[in-house]
Amino acid sequence: MQIRLITDRAVRYLLLLSALISILIVFLIGLFTLRESWPALREVGLGRLLGGTVWRPGSEQFGILAMIAGSVLVTCGAIVLGVPLAMGSAVFLAEIAPPAVRGVVRPAVELLAGIPSVVYGLFGLVVLVPLVRQVPVTGNIGFSLLAASIVLAIMILPTVTNIAEDAIRAVPREYKEGSLALGTTHWQTIVGVTLPAARSGIVAAIILGIGRALGETMAMIMVIGNSVAFPAPLNDNPLTIILSAARTLTGNIAVEINYATGIHRSAIFATGVALFVMVMLVNSLARWMLRRRAA
Amino acid sequence: MNSIPIARTAMRAQPRSNLRSRRVGQAVAFALLWLAGLSAVVALLAVSGYIISRGLPLIDRDFLLTRPRGGLGGEGGISTTIVTTLYLVLLTIGVATPLGVGAAIYLAEYAGETESGFLSRLVGLARLGVETLAGVPSIIFGLFGFALFVSALHFGFSLLSAGLAGACLILPVIIRASEEALLAVPRSYREGSLALGATKWQTTWQVVLPAAAPGIITGIVLSVGRVVSETAVFYVTLGGSLRAPSSLLSGGRTMALHVYYLAMETRAFDKAMATGAVLIVTMVLINAVINLLSRRLSAGMRG
Repeated sequence: MQIRLITDRAVRYLLLLSALISILIVFLIGLFTLRESWPALREVGLGRLLGGTVWRPGSEQFGILAMIAGSVLVTCGAIVLGVPLAMGSAVFLAEIAPPAVRGVVRPAVELLAGIPSVVYGLFGLVVLVPLVRQVPVTGNIGFSLLAASIVLAIMILPTVTNIAEDAIRAVPREYKEGSLALGTTHWQTIVGVTLPAARSGIVAAIILGIGRALGETMAMIMVIGNSVAFPAPLNDNPLTIILSAARTLTGNIAVEINYATGIHRSAIFATGVALFVMVMLVNSLARWMLRRRAA
Repeated sequence: MNSIPIARTAMRAQPRSNLRSRRVGQAVAFALLWLAGLSAVVALLAVSGYIISRGLPLIDRDFLLTRPRGGLGGEGGISTTIVTTLYLVLLTIGVATPLGVGAAIYLAEYAGETESGFLSRLVGLARLGVETLAGVPSIIFGLFGFALFVSALHFGFSLLSAGLAGACLILPVIIRASEEALLAVPRSYREGSLALGATKWQTTWQVVLPAAAPGIITGIVLSVGRVVSETAVFYVTLGGSLRAPSSLLSGGRTMALHVYYLAMETRAFDKAMATGAVLIVTMVLINAVINLLSRRLSAGMRG
């Protein structure tokens, strides 16, 4: 009898400990990346690290602004290409797909989420990069923001579709019935009632897609070219910036960490801190939107 | 906003119906939605179809059962990368499952009953930890594993370093799936057990956990998929040796990592696509298992 109660008590604290592991890991991640990036922050300085456009470890120049620009631009590209498709898929699945078609599209979206990012990268490398290279512009090497954005758009499609579909399904039936009873078509109801009612969930879906896009690593290294130059148009036409090679924050970490030493290594950890802060800001914005919907 | 045009229409002697144009608008919009919906299928077929059709001809018994020999053409098969992937799956799941399920049990079963300010603050922290961890980009887990396990603890590029970093990556997946599964167990199960005089832990262990098992297993299978397809974390913690690991402290490369090295370092695209095809098939199988489990789960809940 007594043993039973003692076990009960002991287990309670053990479980509490395991529940606290996650926050401990978050704390350790913060601690170690900050500690390792400290020398760079001290010697290079936060301003020159974040604001510097030149990354040349050989001559001790560690500016990551070009990588921040690379990450932001490729994410914008992925959003422009991927979000309309994802939103369309979400509305399609939630509102108009016949069950049989839904039974094909739903698993396809799930599988799309399950395909490893190196496989997307490989596809981009052997199919998209040579395709982009066909565009007749001087200096176009195929490895580009465009190729990376296309790959990334496919990769965020499942994330955005799933969350947006949930948000659309969560709209109360009465809203739609009320609208339909007024004589609107199904499409008018979707645009005028359902989508506005699901707005905050849809915005959260897009923001989470941005978070995903900012954090993607391997597929980006494989198709974006990893050039440390600031992304710029290839000629007078400003649109050719999409053909420019670039490097993402994630790529900067993965490509160089294995051989970097000293202050160089520390600057790479600083890149990690910058990435971590960006993704955390984006994700907390999304969580705040989702919570507002629930409230 | 619409009241004025409607009022004007009403004032006309014979209101003209705009139903036709509204119907046309709907038809156009729905056609576009169909296209968008099918785009996911097209994207899947394009990516996996291309990789599989180019990779499949190279896959045979030899490819799966011989070791990779390296070299510019990526000679040999992928046997050791399959072995390394399996080891890593076992290691990450073995580390993350007890911790994750334990955390989920606390959050689902115990967290609700705490009134004291200190404990409920701890619970809030624990939830914040899970939410935050779920959003951390995988390369950050890699960086963390590199700093803590590879460097500070001197595990080097090894199964151990990669396994621990990978366990951090899948921990939130397991916690979320398990908590959801536990919360879905009817209250009456617990009450019945408690009424018989069982302690809270006896109830949880012998009644609630078995009832939640399918959901928890779904979370574990999901994590297996994450580990098999993950590359970034292992790229900076596992080394990349072609040999099969002989101990926890030796390095290796997973199938996904092998695809990367083949494509980027030796440009052996054919072998890369063959390995990629094996990966895709593995993920299809894992997805099928998950679907099977959740179908059984929802059937069980109904019955």
